[in-house]
Amino acid sequence: MVFLSYLISGLSLGSVYAIIALGYTMVYGIAKMLNFAHGDVIMVGGYICFIATTNLGLPVWLAVILSMAVCTVLGVVIEGLAYKPLRQAPSLAVLITAIGVSYFLQNAALLLWGANPKMFSPVVTGTLKLFGGQLTISYVSLLTIAACVIIMVGLTLYINKSKMGKAMRAVSEDKGAAQLMGINVNRTISTTFAIGSALAAVAGVLYCSFSPMLMPTTGSMPGIKAFTAAVFGGIGSIPGAFLGGLLLGIIESLAKAYISTSMANSIVFAVLIIVLVVKPAGLLGKYVPEKV
Amino acid sequence: MKKGKKINGAVLKDYLTYAAVVLAFIVITVLDQQGFINNSTRGLLVPICCYIVMAVSLNLTVGILGELNLGHAGFMSVGAFSGVVASLSLADAIPSPVLRLVIAMVVGAAFAAVVGLLIGLPVLRLKGDYLAIVTLAFGEILKEVINALYVGQDSAGLHFGFNFRNNISSINDLHMEEGAKAIIKGAQGVTGNEKLATFGAGIVLILITLFIVMNLVRSRSGRAIMAIRDNRIAAESVGINVTKYKLMAFAVSAALAGAAGALYGSNYASVKASTFDFNQSILILMFGVLGGLGNIRGSIIAAIVLTILPEALRSFEDLRMLIYAIVLILVMIATNNPRVKTLLGCIIPRKKGSSANE
Repeated sequence: MVFLSYLISGLSLGSVYAIIALGYTMVYGIAKMLNFAHGDVIMVGGYICFIATTNLGLPVWLAVILSMAVCTVLGVVIEGLAYKPLRQAPSLAVLITAIGVSYFLQNAALLLWGANPKMFSPVVTGTLKLFGGQLTISYVSLLTIAACVIIMVGLTLYINKSKMGKAMRAVSEDKGAAQLMGINVNRTISTTFAIGSALAAVAGVLYCSFSPMLMPTTGSMPGIKAFTAAVFGGIGSIPGAFLGGLLLGIIESLAKAYISTSMANSIVFAVLIIVLVVKPAGLLGKYVPEKV
Repeated sequence: MKKGKKINGAVLKDYLTYAAVVLAFIVITVLDQQGFINNSTRGLLVPICCYIVMAVSLNLTVGILGELNLGHAGFMSVGAFSGVVASLSLADAIPSPVLRLVIAMVVGAAFAAVVGLLIGLPVLRLKGDYLAIVTLAFGEILKEVINALYVGQDSAGLHFGFNFRNNISSINDLHMEEGAKAIIKGAQGVTGNEKLATFGAGIVLILITLFIVMNLVRSRSGRAIMAIRDNRIAAESVGINVTKYKLMAFAVSAALAGAAGALYGSNYASVKASTFDFNQSILILMFGVLGGLGNIRGSIIAAIVLTILPEALRSFEDLRMLIYAIVLILVMIATNNPRVKTLLGCIIPRKKGSSANE
């Protein structure tokens, strides 16, 4: 029973990682860049939701929608101002720009909302008791897992069935050829950023429901973990991000419970290194042999 | 004949770089003696030296070997802590602070090189972003491991403890004699450290680093490393041992970072593992990229400018990090966007030099 409860808490933490990792992996697959500012979009999402519920007194569902809308706009603006001018630049230059954006968001949040941590109240409260009270699951965990599954299914359908999804797949395969076929590459990339940022807002709200301290640096650690999860599953692969996120959450939760609290992150990273040494392209990544 | 002349030109450029570093040292020392340098700037001198060494050594892996390293601060951390342990434990045996600083840097470099070799092993199978994430992971692991480390010293020698399952909560759990000395106290890190580092030592370390890296780049090994960067398969097919040269670049870079870490650690009264986190690695990467990948002199300039910039922006108070971020983004766009580049080229004829100094 205890094991089961750790497993479920790991699963819900993993679901948050998976939602963030989806944003990373989609942007990587299409724009071939590591968007280091993604973690900070999560933080902005959390703050918007916090302000909407506490200061404006909006209902939670409206606050979540508002924070998704703000983050979507933010994502598109960041892409347009900072990344679009660097389309042809080497990937490291784009990486450093993304770090600059990350600094910018963190410091803007510091100026706007102050350094003091805000106590974020979970979007739903209460727990579900099973087996005569032996197993308690918070509704937030259930909501997170459900949200992750819905997002995963919705995203897969969108990528595989819709016209824009087809354009995304084409751009990720070959940007030049896609452009020759009449696909608007810039618009496709902007849409990807919009979707990724909206997901980040959802992830921000859910993440803050678990660890309620909201600070300008809140986004960086889940950002790094989710990035790890995306690579773990094979970066660029959407099911990979899902699987990687869930596994990472479960390993972290079980390591914390059974091995060592202070070393939990190290154990997660050690597992990652071992997996990558055995499978250099991640769990579900395509290994592309080099042609000479 | 022509080839020989070209090499001479390059060597001359190296000498000019050494001369510039020595000149900078003399100028700053003279200015300091005349009282032109205030306390906060003086406090930056040793960290700037450390960052220059870090940036140059990172450039060896990122710019010259062509592999992205997101955990360079981990090597710095290993160097800092092993160096400080060496210098503090030898405090009674060796009274000379200069000698102890040298020992600290050598020990730091040696430990970091060993760790660099360990990290280099998975490197052999991975490339690109996968390798980057492994270096990031190693950096985070090193941070947590050092966070859980307890080291103390008594007459029997050094005692080590590792807080794995909350089994050690303070230095007393190491079961040492009365009056034993605590060196590393877990997450608290090192407290009560002796300030051994001097600006002169930093300059000497920069000169040694430049000497090693510049000569390595121009040697047979350096050419092999660059051949691997440009085309691994072609390099392999002409008989270059990819494993050997990749490990060599990794270990040299780690050793230099370890020495810089030891110097950095010796500059502060307290050293914590959390100082050397992912953000620190990113900061160093930023120096390397802004200075130009593979460009040693560019890294030096970028390290100096980017360390001074937040201090220079102090008059903007709260806005300074925001301005720093905007400057960073604008510089990246200005140096990499083809349209802005041609525009800059029209205004400033020598656009290459100007963009590196911006």
